Amino acid sequence: MVKEFDIPILPTYLETPKLKEGVMDGEGPFKSAQEFQNPLGFPGEKVDNWQKVAIDKIGELKSKYRSVQVFLDSCVKCGACTDKCHYFLGSSDPKNMPVARQDLFRSVYRRHFTFAGKYFPKLVGAKELDDDMLDDWYNYFHQCSQCRRCSVFCPYGIDTAEISMAAREVLDVVGIGQKYCNQILGKALTIGNNLGLPEPALRDTLLDLEEEIEEETGGIAVKYPLDQKGAEILLITPSADFFAEPHIDGLIGYGKVFHQDGVSWTLSSYASEGANFGMFIGSYDVMRKAALRIRKAALDLEVSRVMVGECGHAWRVAYSFWNTLSGVGVGAADEFSQKLQDQLDHRYPQPQHIIEYTHDLIQRGKLVFDKSANDDRTVTFHDSCNVARATNMGGILGGQFILPREVIKAVCNNYVDMERSTIKESTFCCGGGGGLLTDDLMEIRVKGAVPRMQALKTVEKDNGVNTLAAICAICKSQFSKVLPKFDFDPYMIVSVHQLVSEAIIMDRRKIEVQEDKSEVD
Amino acid sequence: MSIISIFFTALFYISLIVFLVGMVKKIYQFGITPAPLKIPIAPTPLTQKGVVMRIIREIVLFESLFRSNKWIWLFGWLFHIGLLLISIRHIRYFWPDDLPDIFLLTQSFKYAAFVMVFGLIGLILRRIFVERIRYISAPSDYLMLIMLLIIGISGMIMTFTSNHTDIIMVKEFTSGLVSFNWKNLPTEVYFLIHIFLVFVLMVIFPISKLLHIPGIFFSPTLNQVDDARSKRHIAPWALKQEQEHATQLEQILGKDE
Ligand code: SF4
Ligand code: SF4
Repeated sequence: MVKEFDIPILPTYLETPKLKEGVMDGEGPFKSAQEFQNPLGFPGEKVDNWQKVAIDKIGELKSKYRSVQVFLDSCVKCGACTDKCHYFLGSSDPKNMPVARQDLFRSVYRRHFTFAGKYFPKLVGAKELDDDMLDDWYNYFHQCSQCRRCSVFCPYGIDTAEISMAAREVLDVVGIGQKYCNQILGKALTIGNNLGLPEPALRDTLLDLEEEIEEETGGIAVKYPLDQKGAEILLITPSADFFAEPHIDGLIGYGKVFHQDGVSWTLSSYASEGANFGMFIGSYDVMRKAALRIRKAALDLEVSRVMVGECGHAWRVAYSFWNTLSGVGVGAADEFSQKLQDQLDHRYPQPQHIIEYTHDLIQRGKLVFDKSANDDRTVTFHDSCNVARATNMGGILGGQFILPREVIKAVCNNYVDMERSTIKESTFCCGGGGGLLTDDLMEIRVKGAVPRMQALKTVEKDNGVNTLAAICAICKSQFSKVLPKFDFDPYMIVSVHQLVSEAIIMDRRKIEVQEDKSEVD
Repeated sequence: MSIISIFFTALFYISLIVFLVGMVKKIYQFGITPAPLKIPIAPTPLTQKGVVMRIIREIVLFESLFRSNKWIWLFGWLFHIGLLLISIRHIRYFWPDDLPDIFLLTQSFKYAAFVMVFGLIGLILRRIFVERIRYISAPSDYLMLIMLLIIGISGMIMTFTSNHTDIIMVKEFTSGLVSFNWKNLPTEVYFLIHIFLVFVLMVIFPISKLLHIPGIFFSPTLNQVDDARSKRHIAPWALKQEQEHATQLEQILGKDE
């Protein structure tokens, strides 16, 4: 059922492709069955009066979201965004140009909600939401990783991600949901994490991990506490960190850092997931439900700090939305939020990113590293979209670009950046974000990775880069899959905290030796 | 007054009303539509002052467009700056009395017409010849540019060729429109085309992509401060829902204790 396709050959320079209409036409990802739809409050299959339901929903969304309303009205079709999307650059399909993607939505909006579209549809490109259009919506709005790169370049800040979220919400309410996202959401909302790991399994995994680290470090007991009431820090991390490479190496890194700081911390089995796929499907309500689990865990465990691990969109939801959705932060008025505010330690930002935490410890000289442990690596950093374009770290302008790089440079001797137009706020998506990290979307994932792979290839050739560090679970999973397709070593993708983990000196005696050495220097 | 003068006078007020009512409605709609989530886009300012500076840079310099594509930026910026200068110069026609001396400075602004027309031609050519931009263009996108081009060229014909219109009459007519002291208008064809299209432009303003002008001020990705952790941001509908759903959510999630 999944289409065969050729792996693109990486170009030496990234060029804007000639349009190839229809190359990415198709059915889109697997559709969500009743059993995944209903628990989220969506119909199990396409409803009979779907057209009316959809138009009504568009009307509702445009009155609830200023982004939708303003973005649909303001685009001047200047074309500045047309060559900014990695999916267009990699696939050549014109419907993957951000403005063309928006236009799938905008043309329907025009037809039903604007004077010009009602009376002069041909003139302004207004169209009916018919079966073909609906198919295009399902297909092409699932070829958008909501990475927001296009928005950086639009003179009005028009954010295609907002439109694609709205479109997916419309699709969900007419009963055409995407299996991958909705199935995962079901698990996160009932079991507590995207993988469906129940408490005993999680506990076992963590125990194994403790043993493994103890063996590796020669007897240092790094703990991974679960549901420890009264701990200072509650760590919310993507559940991928619990089991798969390269994610788990990051988790080992967090544990070592906590251990060295001597802080008490815990994971929660009730809210063992940082990722919040509610954002991908554009549903405020679902996103809120997932966020409320975290508030509940923080209250139940009586922690005074909430910290987020290496996950891009989890960090976006935490940083930008938690305070709105569930009052983790400052200023919410309801009873539970109030209780949480009292409980939280406001000397620290709430929530805080693990990079902010480690960076702070490094600044304060609390961690000692043997940088040479990473000497076999020449590292480059992949700015993950949601971190780079939607959040901040450290409360300084551009802190989200600075802090991770400083952490890497503190633990590695060899660091190189990729080309400026492909990093920081202009970073290219890994190709697997926004709910596309599923095998049925492999073609678009591989094609969408082309711009990032091209930039990586250049630093590999010119600077001998052999390690790609990232702070997002989706990026890490996506890269593990696509790197070999472009003749890279799949193990070159690492967590930033894996680099930390490798260089950190845990053994007191070694620390003393290291300190002597630095005095001699 | 001649029939044609009555016609154009009436048309002016009709277009003006459509423009004003339409714009007020749209701006009101933009204004009351809440932005439920904090969605500023990098490079994001952390302070209100930073946001104001960001919007000013966008409006004056077209900063994002510059970052994006130098050709579109060049043509787009030249067109807009040309149009701005020309519009300032046009104040003289609406000024009922003798012009204050300061307007002498705007004398040379007439040359901005060349800049504007150059920009417009660039934009049209891009739309026709660059495949990607042709793909995203609807007929209205071309028409809008062509209309502006005709407005510009007809104005230039009156200013720079021997087809001068009776300037005194124009001034009497236009200043009469604002002071309700109606006068005949000159009936040269270039002038009629020029002002007719300007009136059309006013009418389509609130129902077309010209809404990008108010839109830029309301764009949440541009106008929000990046302070989500220290200040709670919540939309009225979300707050209401939060209060109403409190009990229901307790059932789903188990009560917060
Ligand atoms: S850059 Fe913005 S205004 Fe220009 S075409 Fe793209 S979305 Fe529309
Ligand atoms: S994938 Fe990113 S760049 Fe492409 S349309 Fe979506 S948000 Fe824009």
